[in-house]
Amino acid sequence: MSHLPWSNLAALVQMMKKTCLSLIVLLGLTGCSGNIWGWYIVDPTTPAGWVNVKFLVSGMWSTIQISVIAAVISITLGLVVALPGQSAKRGWRIVNRVYVELVRSIPLLPMLFWVFYGLPLIFKSMGLNIPIDPFWGAIITLAVSDSAFTAEIYRSGIQSIARGQAEAAQTVGLTYAQSMRYVILPQAIRRILPPLANQFIYIVKMSAFASVIGMQELTRRANELVVTEYRPLEIYSLLIVEYLILVLIISAGVRWLERRMGSDERQ
Amino acid sequence: MHKTAIELVDVNKWYGTFHVLKNINLTVNVGEKVVICGPSGSGKSTVVRCINRLEEHQEGRILLDGHELTNDPKSIASIQGEIGMVFQQFNLFPHLSVLENLILGPMKARGQSRAEAVEKARHYLDRVRIPDQADKMPAQLSGGQQQRVAIARSLCMEPKVMLFDEPTSALDPEMISEVLDVMVELALDGMTMVVVTHEMGFARKVADKVLFMDQGEIVEQDSTDEFFSNPKSERCRTFLGQILQH
Repeated sequence: MSHLPWSNLAALVQMMKKTCLSLIVLLGLTGCSGNIWGWYIVDPTTPAGWVNVKFLVSGMWSTIQISVIAAVISITLGLVVALPGQSAKRGWRIVNRVYVELVRSIPLLPMLFWVFYGLPLIFKSMGLNIPIDPFWGAIITLAVSDSAFTAEIYRSGIQSIARGQAEAAQTVGLTYAQSMRYVILPQAIRRILPPLANQFIYIVKMSAFASVIGMQELTRRANELVVTEYRPLEIYSLLIVEYLILVLIISAGVRWLERRMGSDERQ
Repeated sequence: MHKTAIELVDVNKWYGTFHVLKNINLTVNVGEKVVICGPSGSGKSTVVRCINRLEEHQEGRILLDGHELTNDPKSIASIQGEIGMVFQQFNLFPHLSVLENLILGPMKARGQSRAEAVEKARHYLDRVRIPDQADKMPAQLSGGQQQRVAIARSLCMEPKVMLFDEPTSALDPEMISEVLDVMVELALDGMTMVVVTHEMGFARKVADKVLFMDQGEIVEQDSTDEFFSNPKSERCRTFLGQILQH
């Protein structure tokens, strides 16, 4: 599929260049008409602008760290939550449903407050001294919140495997766990991976909420710079471009994954 | 004196309020071949699926080798390893090669070594006459070959009984005989078999006993000769007339 712009890294860079350029041209044009722009504030060719750009971009690493760790936990936790949902026993299925419905219905921001400000008090009441810093507070919240969705992705993936597969596994004597491990999940994973990767993009964007509990990531840095420089339009525009670049990289990865999965489906 | 392999005593089953199996009584002796036929929706597949506990019956008793089927998960697991099953849709594992399809059960459920399982797998692939397809993926095989792999997969578990649920119904006509040939050979080797099929030629050739089911009941149960030469019920005569017409 070489006609897709995603087929290699060079094409990706090309794509990003084009997107960013057109965005800048667009912003520049509006700038000409209204004279509302003051790009000097983040102009990397001036010393002051360069300091600001470095300050903004330095939040990138935290955003990536939070997102990746939260995604890994969410993908693991999602499977742990999804499996009881497939059980023949009603009690297990109820555990799964309650978790999914409860977690799915809590908005991210209240959950973040609850974890960051509330959870330490619960720990304290149990005699545990576990401090929750912004970094882990953000990760726990993002991971738990997202796990309800990854659990549902696993569920649909597992259910998309024909029932005959599980029956065939039974008739060659496999237990439920063995059938999951050797027959159902290896087949389901091909259908699960693309939506899981999609969910990762969602986590990256939602990690912006970590700024409100003081995590020094992209959005927090932008907020802090806005407070000192009074240039919200330019700074938040740049912030959007930063997320755009991150997400474009991830979606290129997702496409690559999809193509790989699709191509060896029937080999 | 014959030893009993499978015994169903007054088995009843409902799907919700729909009575799918009505007072099913059936005895299959060791080494016996039983063919079950009947119109679609008559419950013949359900009988077979109850015998290996893919589905549960609500009333009556099902005994295998004299042991009653219960809800105990351990007894279910041990039974499912002892009873081979061949499905209409083959149900091979599409992500595994033919050989891996065959050795999965013996290795994981029986704890055999890979070498041991592979040796047996090759033996049975030989028997179903596709020794050279071991490393292919199921999707690369024809329907007839896939079904023969499915038969070999069951045989690798060295089952005491083999169940066949319309094994040739999903096949193109030119592939039916290659599967039936393998089944006839298996029958001649003395395997205990319960076969749901409309292949009356196969029934005549190997069956000791033929059952005709309609609307959840066993309408007729006879020795093969008697069944074909002298069907007693009207429903059975009509059915045979319909499928033997062509």
